[in-house]
Amino acid sequence: MKRLCIEKLYLVLVATLLLPVLSSAQEMESQIGDLTGHADQGRPLYYRYCWGCHGARGDGNGENAPYVTPSPRNFVQGTFKCRSTPTGTLPLDSDLYNSLYRGFNFTNMPSWKTLTKQNRADLVAFIKSFSPRFKTEKPGDPINIPAEPALTVASIQHGQELFQKLECWKCHGQEGRGDGPSASTLTDSNDQPIRPYNFTSSNRAKCGSTNQDLYRIFMTGLDGTPMPSFADVIKPDEAWDLVHFLRTLQVYNKSPELTMWEGTKEGAAIVNAKKVENTYTGSGIKP
Amino acid sequence: MTIKHVMLAGMAMLATSALAFAGPGPSGGTITGKVTYEGTPAKMKPIDMSKEPSCAKMYTTPPLAQTVETGPGNTLADVVVYVSAGAPDDAGPSSAAVFNQKGCRYIPHTLAFQVNQELKITNEDQTSHNIHPLPKLNREWNKSQPPGSPPITEKYDKAEFIPVKCNIHPWMHGNFAVLKNSHYSVSNESGEFSLANLPPGKYTITAWQESYGEQTQDVTIGGTEAKTITFTFKAKPY
Repeated sequence: MKRLCIEKLYLVLVATLLLPVLSSAQEMESQIGDLTGHADQGRPLYYRYCWGCHGARGDGNGENAPYVTPSPRNFVQGTFKCRSTPTGTLPLDSDLYNSLYRGFNFTNMPSWKTLTKQNRADLVAFIKSFSPRFKTEKPGDPINIPAEPALTVASIQHGQELFQKLECWKCHGQEGRGDGPSASTLTDSNDQPIRPYNFTSSNRAKCGSTNQDLYRIFMTGLDGTPMPSFADVIKPDEAWDLVHFLRTLQVYNKSPELTMWEGTKEGAAIVNAKKVENTYTGSGIKP
Repeated sequence: MTIKHVMLAGMAMLATSALAFAGPGPSGGTITGKVTYEGTPAKMKPIDMSKEPSCAKMYTTPPLAQTVETGPGNTLADVVVYVSAGAPDDAGPSSAAVFNQKGCRYIPHTLAFQVNQELKITNEDQTSHNIHPLPKLNREWNKSQPPGSPPITEKYDKAEFIPVKCNIHPWMHGNFAVLKNSHYSVSNESGEFSLANLPPGKYTITAWQESYGEQTQDVTIGGTEAKTITFTFKAKPY
């Protein structure tokens, strides 16, 4: 009888010992390549570096938030700009990791490349724990980016036609200055004014600088902003043509696309006109 | 053995014909009524579509904004009236709810449909639109739809009132009412609504107007009773 009691006691003891192990097994993790991030490791980092803007609850209402434009990201909603997954789906861990590494141009979000890789992975895991969506939903399937076809003048010209046809200019402007007819009315999903990207500034776009990044941006859209996804309305080879044309709008960025475009009579005229008329930040005001 | 088989077959036939007769008919109670307002509603501004000539030319007089739509006799149109309590959740119909873009406006302005029901979005205009619903509970997406492109199909898995906008044409504004059961109605131009086929029971009926918010009433239905109720919203002139 006594022995049975002791056995029971042992069972209870083992169970209580196991409990924290089990609960920590449910703790959010992140996987970036062979790097595994742990939310409990990310927690102290978040409350040191991030909560000033993103808030103690991750809802974007930190102490600094009222003074920050655009507003800090609300992690509870689980809506993220820079994804490699289709619009409306959760991003991959590597998307969040890359955002931390890159930082966001034209915003108050700096690059966190001074942290270690492990730190960034841990932070990604902790940031995911703010949104209930990460517990029930899987990230979307990343969009496929086919190999970039060879750059030709014809592809740039076709991209120029697509820029008209898809009405990119309605927001980004005919010359890519971010001054299209709808530009001044744009708001993000928090009802805060937001600017379309000014290509002539030649700055790095928010979600990356490579041709693949540009391709990805208009295929996935930037969720939470007015930039929609074009995945259902543009074919992959057309999308590459558009990428080639968009590069020529970045008149201060010596890209192969710009060099080729300037080599043609039509292209040189357009590019030179922009350089003369534009200020570096591209207000679009003609002198 | 053979007789038994014949009898079994006969019984099966009888059973199926009986089932066919017992199919759903116009049973249950009905709640009909009107949505009205008291006070002075804000004057709706004419929409300036001059930035989109392909849409502007479709109107002889500029259309008005639709955040409050008044009808004859102080009635309100495009108010969602639905059973918010008392009815079990049910699966939506297999047909899609259609949301069209025509003349740079949403038709209908307020579209009610059910959780997990297919939503089909079409563009009849000669210009690109981007469809950008702004949910708080559901996932947020934003898709471009140039003229002539195929319909967009989507679903929502949580009940919510979702404002919809087009970022390219900032005057475009509509609503999705994602509801849990099939007992709903959107008031017409003369403010009328009708909820049919309600089994006997006690229901909470909610009316939702995008600017004025919600009102509720409790209604008890017995048998095939038909009841009439009126919702009256306080209109604000600003």
